[in-house]
Amino acid sequence: MTSELLVFLVLSLVAIASALGMLFSRNTIYSALFLVLNFITVAVFYLMLGAPFIAMSQITVYAGAIMVLFLFVIMLLGAEQMTAPDALSWQKPLAFLLAITLTVESVYLIFARAKLDTVITAPDAATNSMESLREMAMTLFDKFLLPFEVTSILLLVAMVGAIVLAKKEKGARA
Amino acid sequence: MISTDYYIILSAILFTIGALGVLIRRNPLVIFMSIELMLNAANLAFVAFGRSWEIAKGEAFFNGQIFVFFVIAVAAAEVAVGLALIVEIFKTKKNINIDEMNSLKG
Repeated sequence: MTSELLVFLVLSLVAIASALGMLFSRNTIYSALFLVLNFITVAVFYLMLGAPFIAMSQITVYAGAIMVLFLFVIMLLGAEQMTAPDALSWQKPLAFLLAITLTVESVYLIFARAKLDTVITAPDAATNSMESLREMAMTLFDKFLLPFEVTSILLLVAMVGAIVLAKKEKGARA
Repeated sequence: MISTDYYIILSAILFTIGALGVLIRRNPLVIFMSIELMLNAANLAFVAFGRSWEIAKGEAFFNGQIFVFFVIAVAAAEVAVGLALIVEIFKTKKNINIDEMNSLKG
């Protein structure tokens, strides 16, 4: 039990530190790599919560596909060092103040109002078996069939949209 | 002993860092990454609540995980279109400062 808590604390420290590193890096490439680290940490949390399929899709889709797309665009635009002067000087302090307020408020509400003292135990070996995955797929393709189909249409629309945006118009100016 | 609280608080902290990123950074790519961070925090809360329900009921429960699956698909679609837009704006304006993206006409 205690070792589990230790793993949780260390991992959450890594997750928060990498999120802050993403936020405060001057170089956009470093931001992207910090975000990859954050995604991998969250994937380990999914494993601790007994969701191995989601953990693996997190690594392949988020840390793999989406971040590669980000890195491509950063390098394509040469946006590594692009820093602009701040337009409003009071914006940063105000944003920090609001963020701290939001954190304090949400932590207070979770502790004071919504006491969720269910103990999260480590998932047993059956969670990582093929049988569990089969059950999840049955839920996905039975109960959630319509949302699944809508998602496929959404992906198709996004693909067509990206191609239309990237395509050169015939007879376009300049 | 880890309670559900810890996961939800971690999720709240990560969400706040993402919101802070949207507020203080001027680079649209970093703003996009902050949005991804916020989606991730919400996903973590989904899986934690699902696991908590599973333990309370004592039977397998996949709805939380399936919702996360859909969120990942939506995030992928959003990034594809958003990055295409940023590239297109860069081609016309030669710069991607968010403060200069204040007109719809190219």
